[in-house]
Amino acid sequence: MLLDFEQPIAALEGKLREMQKLAQDSQVDVSEAVEALETKIKALKKETYANLTRWQRVQLSRHPDRPYTLDYIEGMTQKFVELHGDRTVADDKAMVGGFAELDGRTVMFIGQQKGRNTKQRQLRNFGMPNPEGYRKALRLMKLAEKFGKPIVTLIDTPGAFPGLEAEERGQGEAIARNLREMFMLKVPVICIIIGEGASGGALGIAIGDRVLMLENTWYSVISPESCSSILWRSWNYKEQAAEALKLTATDMLKAGLVDGIVKEPLGGAHTDPQKMILALKKTLTKTLDELEALPADERISQRIDKFGKMGVVVE
Amino acid sequence: MQSMAWFKRQEKGIITPTEQKKETPDGLWYKCPECGTVADMGEHRRLLYTCGKCNYHDRIDSAEYFEVLFDDNRFTELDTNLSSADPLHFVDTKAYPQRIAATQRQTGLKDAVRTAHGLMNGQDLVVACMDFRFIGGSMGSVVGEKIARAIDYARQHRIPFLMISKSGGARMMEAGYSLMQMAKTSAKLALLSEAGVPYISLLTDPTTGGVTASYAMLGDFNISEPGALIGFAGPRVIKETIGKDLPKGFQSAEFVLEHGFLDFIVDRKQLKQQLTDLLHMLRPAVVEAPAVPR
Ligand SMILES: [Zn+2]
Repeated sequence: MLLDFEQPIAALEGKLREMQKLAQDSQVDVSEAVEALETKIKALKKETYANLTRWQRVQLSRHPDRPYTLDYIEGMTQKFVELHGDRTVADDKAMVGGFAELDGRTVMFIGQQKGRNTKQRQLRNFGMPNPEGYRKALRLMKLAEKFGKPIVTLIDTPGAFPGLEAEERGQGEAIARNLREMFMLKVPVICIIIGEGASGGALGIAIGDRVLMLENTWYSVISPESCSSILWRSWNYKEQAAEALKLTATDMLKAGLVDGIVKEPLGGAHTDPQKMILALKKTLTKTLDELEALPADERISQRIDKFGKMGVVVE
Repeated sequence: MQSMAWFKRQEKGIITPTEQKKETPDGLWYKCPECGTVADMGEHRRLLYTCGKCNYHDRIDSAEYFEVLFDDNRFTELDTNLSSADPLHFVDTKAYPQRIAATQRQTGLKDAVRTAHGLMNGQDLVVACMDFRFIGGSMGSVVGEKIARAIDYARQHRIPFLMISKSGGARMMEAGYSLMQMAKTSAKLALLSEAGVPYISLLTDPTTGGVTASYAMLGDFNISEPGALIGFAGPRVIKETIGKDLPKGFQSAEFVLEHGFLDFIVDRKQLKQQLTDLLHMLRPAVVEAPAVPR
């Protein structure tokens, strides 16, 4: 799948492949032309990705070829024991988690999981957890705390599921409880927005000592589409809504609402998933080292103080 | 109070703001939107803004709740000077500062929550009460900050905390900042809980969105008034998701009680006494000193 701003680049890349094939078939030396074209592609990429609009970043965050939660876990760790169920109602497939070995260190990974094809997307409910998902996440966090293992959450959701049963089983209560409980966790907690960070459904697993965003992700109180429909009373203002919400990684860092940005490969995480996964692993290892050097009560009070300062008022 | 015509009621609530009702001199009439019964305003006020016939609970503001709860309507309001900034320079069909200024003029309120310390039947109580008239009771930085400070105040003075929620959810014009108020207030409630200070959350009509998914659902006691709408997703969104009409009474306080998320529903006329009784039972046991041996 190509996004509109990816098309000119893809066209040049197609041309480059043709040229290379031609050179191979006809033994003609086109190395100069190839080199020129490569330079041109690189320049166009740099220019394109340096000047993306906020809406274009949102599009990248939803790219169907982006690595998802399980791709990161499998790519970063040596062993992964997936754990299921909230011990009350069900096993929510939109929220996955389990212990994994990250270079000799046991880490509890938890995250929303999206699907890649129609069947998987339905199984994963498009990455929209029900209350069971949030309760499963909390159960796994408490398990990690019990055994003194750090927690890493990977956030990628268009929102908590707004369904009938979700309301009956207390979607609001499930998220609220996670917020309160996550503040008191004695082990290090790192939260990474790897795709979409939509509202309470994202925040429900995003209270951490460090909250990081990948470069081409978004995190806000509402999606640009829903914001458009409520404030402009039309679905047609999503670009304006994205601008107004200031929902990109750079915006959120500038506002002091997240702690850092993890750079993506030029063109986005989907253009080189291996590179992306390695980059995130490096950041995670470094951040875990930093956090593990602090005593638990210090981490908790810093976590509370950090969120306690968020907001701007006139007094 | 069996009929649950939520949409209808919300519209009526907007057409008849409390401010107008307050200005209505006694002797004028109040018409119940639920059963059509007409009562004079003095009587309506005496019944704490509930219908004498069908017990419909009229939506009221912080001013009325303070009057209902605090002895002789005496209380000290906290953090009265806070008002909204515009950190994101948010413009939709109107610039955010204009929207705030217009709403402040129209309502006489600074923002969507007021916090106060007073006595309820002689017992100290800190109350944070939301005002739905202020941009749908939406939660921005001011709401989050005032609630956070009220919780800190309650914890430092070891006074029970009562949160009266009434909100459509997050304030979109504060985007990421608005979202983080859910986190901030929950952090403060974690500390309050650890300190063993009682927290009662009263969810009133309507309580939805990010407010439900944070402080409103975190009470040691979650309680509500008859017929209040309580939910995470709004009824319209759910209806669009499932593509069907919602069952009658869906997301009513009675429905939420039935599903296990409320401790009880209280008639507004019994609210003050019920809260007093409950808090009284939570007071630390007084151990009588043994008689001095002679
Ligand atoms: Zn009536």
